[in-house]
Amino acid sequence: MTQKGRNALLLTPAGLWLLVMLVLPLLVVFVFSFGERGAAGGYVPAFTLEQYANLPARWTAFKNTLILAPLGTIAALVIAYPLAYFLAVRCAPRWRTSLLILVIVPFWTSILIRSYAWIFILGGRGLPALLETVGLDDVRLINTPFAVLVGIVYGYLPLMVFPIFVSLDKLDKRLLEASADLGSTPWRTFLQVTLPLSIPGVATGCMLVFILLMGEFLIPSILGGGKVFFVGNALVDLFLQSRNWAYGSAVAMTLVAVMLVTVSVYMKFISRLGGQRDDISLM
Amino acid sequence: MGLEDRAATRHIAELRAVTKTFGNVVAAKDLNLTIGEGEFLSFLGPSGCGKTTALRMLAGFEKPTEGEVLLDGQVVNDLDAHHRPVNMVFQQYALFPHLSVFDNIAYGLRQRRPRIDRSTISTKVEQALETVRLGDFGPRRIWEMSGGQQQRVALARAIVNEPKLLLLDEPMAALDRKLRKEMQFELQNLQRQLGITFVLVTHDQEEALSMSDRICVMEGGRIVQVGSPRDLYDAPRSRYVAGFVGTSNFFDATVADTAGNSVTLTLKGGPTLQGTSDTLFSPGQEVCVSIRPEQIALTRAAPATGSAFPVAIRNRIFLGEHTEYLAHSDALGDILVLVPRQAELNEGTFNAGEQAFVSWNDTAQLVLEK
Repeated sequence: MTQKGRNALLLTPAGLWLLVMLVLPLLVVFVFSFGERGAAGGYVPAFTLEQYANLPARWTAFKNTLILAPLGTIAALVIAYPLAYFLAVRCAPRWRTSLLILVIVPFWTSILIRSYAWIFILGGRGLPALLETVGLDDVRLINTPFAVLVGIVYGYLPLMVFPIFVSLDKLDKRLLEASADLGSTPWRTFLQVTLPLSIPGVATGCMLVFILLMGEFLIPSILGGGKVFFVGNALVDLFLQSRNWAYGSAVAMTLVAVMLVTVSVYMKFISRLGGQRDDISLM
Repeated sequence: MGLEDRAATRHIAELRAVTKTFGNVVAAKDLNLTIGEGEFLSFLGPSGCGKTTALRMLAGFEKPTEGEVLLDGQVVNDLDAHHRPVNMVFQQYALFPHLSVFDNIAYGLRQRRPRIDRSTISTKVEQALETVRLGDFGPRRIWEMSGGQQQRVALARAIVNEPKLLLLDEPMAALDRKLRKEMQFELQNLQRQLGITFVLVTHDQEEALSMSDRICVMEGGRIVQVGSPRDLYDAPRSRYVAGFVGTSNFFDATVADTAGNSVTLTLKGGPTLQGTSDTLFSPGQEVCVSIRPEQIALTRAAPATGSAFPVAIRNRIFLGEHTEYLAHSDALGDILVLVPRQAELNEGTFNAGEQAFVSWNDTAQLVLEK
């Protein structure tokens, strides 16, 4: 078999999978988005831009997603970076593996159950009750954007920790000694050596978390209580409750478009940050 | 500058009864050493002998467990690496991969407070690039440079700061043989030209011998001998030093008698030898006799004077200017002989299995403690 033939063979399973499970459904959604809702719901073939014209009705969902997804990503980064730094640089090697496992342990339970746990923590008899004892009355946490933010940061933190940990872990520690040797204080060494060299991990972690958050629907529906909803919740509602497939398809296509735009802007930014560096290769 | 001049110059660094332990492991034990301003000093020894620990204590990466490290007359035990006027060339160079060659070299200058202005930094970096003959390479990326070029960048990154002490941690370990030779000359020239004190760590005796003013030989965390390359070669104080600095033949012997600094020895096989030693030995003591391979003559007939032993030739290796013979004597065991080209032309080539005689002057015999 020729090299080309073997390469084709390697790519066939994944290619077929993507074709059947991603490209074709996406095409169906694209076609549906120009159709109309049938009298009893579902889809009636047509060619109209009506569904797209109706998009502003779902503006809140887009707004929430576009605010909370970046905010959640940034919050996860702020919490994950120091943790990853501690694990990779400061932690004694004999503790490292156990602590890393602790980071993954939450994944052993369903996100559904873990999110329900937050209902109790943030609900009336949880944190607010505790706050009342110190004099802070009537604090509402559950069913607020804050609750959703807490939930998504909690849920996606490991996805941020690991890429950053890996990039910090493979950082040559002698570079830190070299920096100190050249007269740099520990803080400046962090800013001038550690941080720039961990950018690939930060970029990967942010990308992973951000893309997944854009499509999130479970956490907002549990911790947002129908008050704080993402585009994902709007889609569940449109496809499963009101059975307006055409409109749902238009919303879905718009989400895909918004995601494409934000992610490509982000990649541009990262590759500019990296300049000619060979260690940033997201593009 | 001659050695005598160097001895008169002031001390730039000093180790005073320095001991370093890591847990139960003693990495360096009771090191005492002064390093003169402008000298080229090498720590020589096998891996694990404590030479790198000594260097890292000078750099400030390790704190001595006991004793004092002095720089310029000041005890610096508690001074962090980034405060010391000392720079290091790391074994794998440890260049910053995210910075250009220029920015790597400028790194140290940019850490100075008060700040140095841009144009001064630029001038100094350009100068350093010229010094290591990398004039136009400033904008290059580190990964675009070859191993030898990276080493020059590492060197430039250190010397641009005009350190009081330049520490070199096996700087040529990653270079191929030819490049290593070139760099040895270059380093030596650079050191003379800049007048900076160089402290080199190496396990390569050739490197230490060819570049250093003084060599500090280490074994098992201790300093076993310090001296000029010539001193160490001609007057090693122990079998270890004689074996590490150059190659030598060693014969086990027992002291039969002493008179002044002349020693009569009985070799394991029976014959006696007359040797000289500055060390005092007592009759009955087990010692070791060292004879350098190039001080042994290989002849077809026994010479009229001096000690001579009949041998059988075992092996011959042609090395160009020398030929190396491995011979076997019933009395002494295996003997390595280095015959210069001219002597070999006079005496003719010996083939394996041929009978011959090895002989040497009594002064070639060094009697060493075991």
